[in-house]
Amino acid sequence: MKYKLEAKNIDVFYGKLKALNNINIGITENAVTALIGPSGCGKSTFLRLFNRMNDYIDSFKLNGDILIDDKNIYEKDVFVDELRKNVGMVFQKPNPFPKSIFENVAYGLKIQGIKDKEFINTRVKDALKQAALWEEVKDDLNKSALALSGGQQQRVCIARALAVEPSIILMDEPTSALDPIATAKVEKLIHTLKEKYTIIIVTHNMQQAARISDYTAFFYMGDLIEFDKTNTIFTNPKMERTENYITGRFG
Amino acid sequence: MHNIEKEIFDLKSSLLKMFLLVEKQWKKGANAILNYDQDIAEEISSSENRINAQELKIDSDCENIIALHAPVAVDLRFILSTYKINHALEHIADIAESIAQYVANNNVPYDQKILQETRLTEMFDIFNIMMDCLIEAFENEDPKFARKVFKKDKLINKINTDAYQIIIDNLDKYDKNMLLYLLSTIRKIERAGDSLKKIGEEIIYHLEVKVIKHT
Repeated sequence: MKYKLEAKNIDVFYGKLKALNNINIGITENAVTALIGPSGCGKSTFLRLFNRMNDYIDSFKLNGDILIDDKNIYEKDVFVDELRKNVGMVFQKPNPFPKSIFENVAYGLKIQGIKDKEFINTRVKDALKQAALWEEVKDDLNKSALALSGGQQQRVCIARALAVEPSIILMDEPTSALDPIATAKVEKLIHTLKEKYTIIIVTHNMQQAARISDYTAFFYMGDLIEFDKTNTIFTNPKMERTENYITGRFG
Repeated sequence: MHNIEKEIFDLKSSLLKMFLLVEKQWKKGANAILNYDQDIAEEISSSENRINAQELKIDSDCENIIALHAPVAVDLRFILSTYKINHALEHIADIAESIAQYVANNNVPYDQKILQETRLTEMFDIFNIMMDCLIEAFENEDPKFARKVFKKDKLINKINTDAYQIIIDNLDKYDKNMLLYLLSTIRKIERAGDSLKKIGEEIIYHLEVKVIKHT
């Protein structure tokens, strides 16, 4: 089977600490894959391998291959800036720049050197529409993004990631700082986005993983304990540790 | 906030109590019929209220756990199977009350000879064994005891099928009203046996994640 993303024999070390242990996984295209597990299990470390965010950590060391469209993204001929055009990321807390809504969404395009105003306008509008925010902000594009609600700010961040037209979106607990209404909007958005993008999401919310993902991977102490269709994980997990975790009997 | 483990433990205790109430009700029904005991037949009607109240309590507990704890995997299967077992048990209790009605409302006892010929006593005995197996399976989470009820249910079905001809052959020998009630009683026990079989299927679904109904 062909996968959009693959991890092959992945070990990750932070100095002497082994954070991930021989992880092998294939991520399906145009699907939502949830990474779950207790704090410190390695799921965020694993997520950040796909856009090389861990490279900034001095003691970080990687063994194994991370493939996107069959290309190892840790090879020397891979430019990280180019990689990140293809792999967008949304973080736990909304982190808009202290700029207007328009400038936030256009930011990625401008740092790529694109100057064509009409092109940028179209991309910003499309990205805001895809992020289900256009109708709410179309008359206030010059307003500061910081003046928006938390849920709107997070959708600005999603629009900012979409504007550069990636094929993959990584989400690290994207709704943990949002209220239930804003969370529902972002979840609905994720469901829509998977038609066009491959999405990997880290979440501590079991019900969110069950609601929005097609596949779920359960990590524990650096090991991938179980990876399967979400329906299987939440109805009939094969591993006792997975069942104990999702039913709240852990530890 | 209650821990889901505690909620599940309490729900299991409630359903076990329901099992025991229905088992007791069923034994009273058998006693009333086989020994033509009108006092016990009357008593069954009053204990029916207790069983109905227990059914409603378990329904409500299941709803609360689903709403408040969003159970998954083994917990979800337990809630779903408990919900269905609860209703099956209440149905069985209704049948026990219904078959005892003959004794409460009629002055012609079932003839011992025809009871023997139709194997009604054996039917009750098999039913009691099935109930014991299910309680054992449920309480100790042991699916092998649940599986034992399937063969027993076939025996009950056979007694029910045979009874029809036996009643026809004896129509001129006994009170016709009594014979028709007897046939009706046998049919009802057969239906109660089917409900026990369904309970066995639900216990296996909960414990082994296997759907065996309609197979």
